[in-house]
Amino acid sequence: MKKIQIFFCLAILVVSCKEEGSNDLVKTDTIPSYNYKELAPLLSKNDAKTYVINFWATWCAPCVKELPAFEKLLDTYKDQNVEVLLVSLDFPSQIQSKLIPFLKKNQLKAQVVLLNDPDQDSWIPKINENWSGAIPATLIYNSKKRAFYERSFEYEALENELQKFLN
Amino acid sequence: MKTIKTILLVSVFALITAFTLKPIDGYTVGDIATDFKLENVDGTMVSMSDYEDAKGFVVIFTCNTCPYSVAYEDRIIALDKKYKSKGYPVIAINPNDPKASNGDSLADMKVRAKAKGFTFPYLFDDGQKVYPQYGATKTPHVYILKKEKGKIQVAYIGAIDNNSHNPDSVTKKYAEDAIDALLAGKTPEKSTSRAIGCSIKSL
Repeated sequence: MKKIQIFFCLAILVVSCKEEGSNDLVKTDTIPSYNYKELAPLLSKNDAKTYVINFWATWCAPCVKELPAFEKLLDTYKDQNVEVLLVSLDFPSQIQSKLIPFLKKNQLKAQVVLLNDPDQDSWIPKINENWSGAIPATLIYNSKKRAFYERSFEYEALENELQKFLN
Repeated sequence: MKTIKTILLVSVFALITAFTLKPIDGYTVGDIATDFKLENVDGTMVSMSDYEDAKGFVVIFTCNTCPYSVAYEDRIIALDKKYKSKGYPVIAINPNDPKASNGDSLADMKVRAKAKGFTFPYLFDDGQKVYPQYGATKTPHVYILKKEKGKIQVAYIGAIDNNSHNPDSVTKKYAEDAIDALLAGKTPEKSTSRAIGCSIKSL
């Protein structure tokens, strides 16, 4: 009898976990898709916050590798007026097949938007004059300061760069 | 104590040189490009000097593993077919360190070149010595070079066209326009362009 009770308790636990999970999944079934003009305001906000904008894609191995550093940064600094935005450059044809499943699987806390604008030659230099277009790449800015990094980050290096904006 | 000092000095020196020796600039349009001698997927060694009759070259840093490179494979083949006979052959170079990029070894390159029927050399940048000279940062990254009084001059750096995702939506063929201008004895109107690509992989 006791065994059955335990089984039921476990079953309820499992079911409730699953339901909670599936609620989260619903949230990520769609993703905001912007062209450069629509994205641009998010790259030049003029308020008290510091913004960390990471350009990435699910097909970019070093990008995926550094995502945990950005998640950790958000987690550590969210109470210090820091926001993290992950701008995906996934192929528009792979949003449903690759990007959404990736987001569902990894349950990222940072906000994710898709930059879907084929005219890369016009918008890459607007984001930063020296950006060759290679990803991963990261922009950190606030109302006083702005820096662009065409490189990968380990957590410590990323935190060091952010610190320069907070002090 | 003295050894510690020496070790410190040596490591500081190593750090400084590691950063200062790292080439970050590479070529800009108008620079003279150096030749290379790299192993091709057919086992031969290939240099630009092998092409006595060429008027120039379409050097493309590309690889097996980057989805943008893969998206451009058919367009690179078409570019070679169109311009090789006109004196501008494609030479593809894979700049990735296969230790840092699984799937980019010379053996993998041979498989890919055969499967796609590459009509051009696909060279392995052994030791990653060539791409830093050019200043390539990503795949694909195109350098159009023209022979000028016995030297090889950079005439165009950038993307192949203006829509990597969809060849049917291309409205500007940057590379073709540049080669056409060179063939007509003109300077390309647009000598640089940018596109998203995969960073070159090193350890």
